[in-house]
Amino acid sequence: MQEFLEFTLGGLAFGMIYAAIALSLVLIWRGTRILNYSQGGMAMFTTFVAYSVIQHTGNYWLGFATALASGLVLGAVLERTVIRPVENKPPMNAVIVTIGLLVLLEGVAGMIYGGQFKSFPPAFSVTGLKIGNTALGISANDLFTAGAVLVAALLLAALFQFTSVGLRLRASAFNASVAQLLGVRVGRMLTLGWALAGLIGALAGVLVTPQTFLYPNSMDAIFVLGFTAAVIGGLESPVGSVAGGLLLGLVTSYAGGYLGSSLVDLFGLAVLVLVLMVRPAGLFSPSATRQV
Amino acid sequence: MTLARHVGLALLGAVVLFVLTVKLDPFRDFQIAEVAAYVAAVAGLTVLIGQSGQVSIGNGAFMAIGAYVTALLLLHLQWPLEAVFAAGAAAAAVAGGIVGVAAARLRGPYLAGATLMLAVALPSLADKYSGTLGGDQGLPVTITTPPWLGVTFPPTRWLAWICCAAALITLILLANLGHSRIGRSWRAVRDNEVAASLAGLHVGRMQILAFVMSAACAGLGGALLATVQAIASPGAFTLTLSIGLLTAAIIGGLGSLIGSIWGSLILVFLPTYAQNVATSHGLSSSISSNVPIAIYGVVLILVMLLFPAGIQGAIRRLLGPVTPAATAPLNALRRQAPASEHQKEGIK
Repeated sequence: MQEFLEFTLGGLAFGMIYAAIALSLVLIWRGTRILNYSQGGMAMFTTFVAYSVIQHTGNYWLGFATALASGLVLGAVLERTVIRPVENKPPMNAVIVTIGLLVLLEGVAGMIYGGQFKSFPPAFSVTGLKIGNTALGISANDLFTAGAVLVAALLLAALFQFTSVGLRLRASAFNASVAQLLGVRVGRMLTLGWALAGLIGALAGVLVTPQTFLYPNSMDAIFVLGFTAAVIGGLESPVGSVAGGLLLGLVTSYAGGYLGSSLVDLFGLAVLVLVLMVRPAGLFSPSATRQV
Repeated sequence: MTLARHVGLALLGAVVLFVLTVKLDPFRDFQIAEVAAYVAAVAGLTVLIGQSGQVSIGNGAFMAIGAYVTALLLLHLQWPLEAVFAAGAAAAAVAGGIVGVAAARLRGPYLAGATLMLAVALPSLADKYSGTLGGDQGLPVTITTPPWLGVTFPPTRWLAWICCAAALITLILLANLGHSRIGRSWRAVRDNEVAASLAGLHVGRMQILAFVMSAACAGLGGALLATVQAIASPGAFTLTLSIGLLTAAIIGGLGSLIGSIWGSLILVFLPTYAQNVATSHGLSSSISSNVPIAIYGVVLILVMLLFPAGIQGAIRRLLGPVTPAATAPLNALRRQAPASEHQKEGIK
């Protein structure tokens, strides 16, 4: 029972990280119909930026803010420079460009910072919390992680639902030509979508890195599971991203805890295949069947 | 007629490769063997994506299956090499059939996600069953040069011969498959599933068949790669390899078998070349070891921006009028309309 509680809470905390990555993928997918394979690489890079800032100033929160800001800028710059030309090309071209970006970012990070594992500080204490004598399996930092992602997701939802920019973002994603006819600057909305995705990815990067160390490939495994979470959730739906992330977090946590760490990825695959066999377009897809 | 042309081209290739392997030093022979192993795998993938219209980011997993089957058969049963390679391809084909059944239900990014996870998850079996599969160390794959070549015959040249022969046979088979009823059915399914099934084609069956084909090619490629590297280990079949296959297929020119050769050449030679340049300019180790990675990334981006139809597409454009076969795969993979539009139609 004790173990079960620990694995559950730990899984939920980690699931929020997957949810954040999934959320950033969904933001881009909805707007541009592009799967951004460089999302993990972008998050790794912005975390390195935060690392430098923390090294120089000794201020964690300054580094945290810099990471988010650089994620925003990086997303916007990449969309304007290399993504825009492939937006109306065959989808595989965009896939390769984002893979190229991933490889490039990892190479550049390796050139600047080297390949050694660097430890990245957590925001809060990582010692396990207890209620009475019962260890919960999570720390204050885990609570902050889950809370930060939740707040970010809610802010995004509010932005989409209640603001004029959000309306324009949704309109561009729903039907670009009609939105353009109605005076929405669709190009800017796409850039904004990428910028927001960069920000959410950067948030995931700073939050998860204390547990994984920081090195050029540090986000690869997280990205794969985040991508899986997005696919489970249905790629269209922000709510689905969070649900997919939490589901994946729980399953991998139970599998790793009860059955050993070598089975984690296999169970991730199993969940994904099960969900897709029942709903080929994910849990929260608009339509359950594909239209033939 | 087409069969004769394909065999003729392959024979020409064989002669060129024979001369190259005899003239070049052992290290180059080794690299040629490596390229040939990748060609087998990339060719299967390029036909899968380009002709049947399905995406797989997980073909590294099928390569791993081929590699481990090769290692186990050589280690325990000492089968002859041809039988071992065939068994490696067959085992991967069976796995491809299983994945294909699931894949036939999935489209675009969902299929990409599922195969991506497969590529990550499968190598962890080596750790789980470390008794049979050797864990992280992997299994040794040792072959000997046949006695009739003499004791002084360089083993790397023999490796290059085996791999090139296997790759050329794969290319001939795939070229003929593309021109056969099956190839036409794949392209029909790719271009319009509804029209294809109205014409009497079994869409799901054709898609599963395409997956089996691509998995068999990947299995053979994996068997060859394990033989070249003399080891089958989980570290050789990472996500990086799977992504490398995909990038090779696409920057080579999607759907084009010659393109799979360009892609494989880039995959093998670009990193080595960039590394050499970086080292010879006296850059520090952390920089020179990362320069090839960064350059590979830049090349991927630039090729896609400058030659959207890949290298072979660019060559075809240079050489004259575009043949229908060159453009068809790319037209077919046009961006699908957002699902939200489908939904809107559904509501009406």
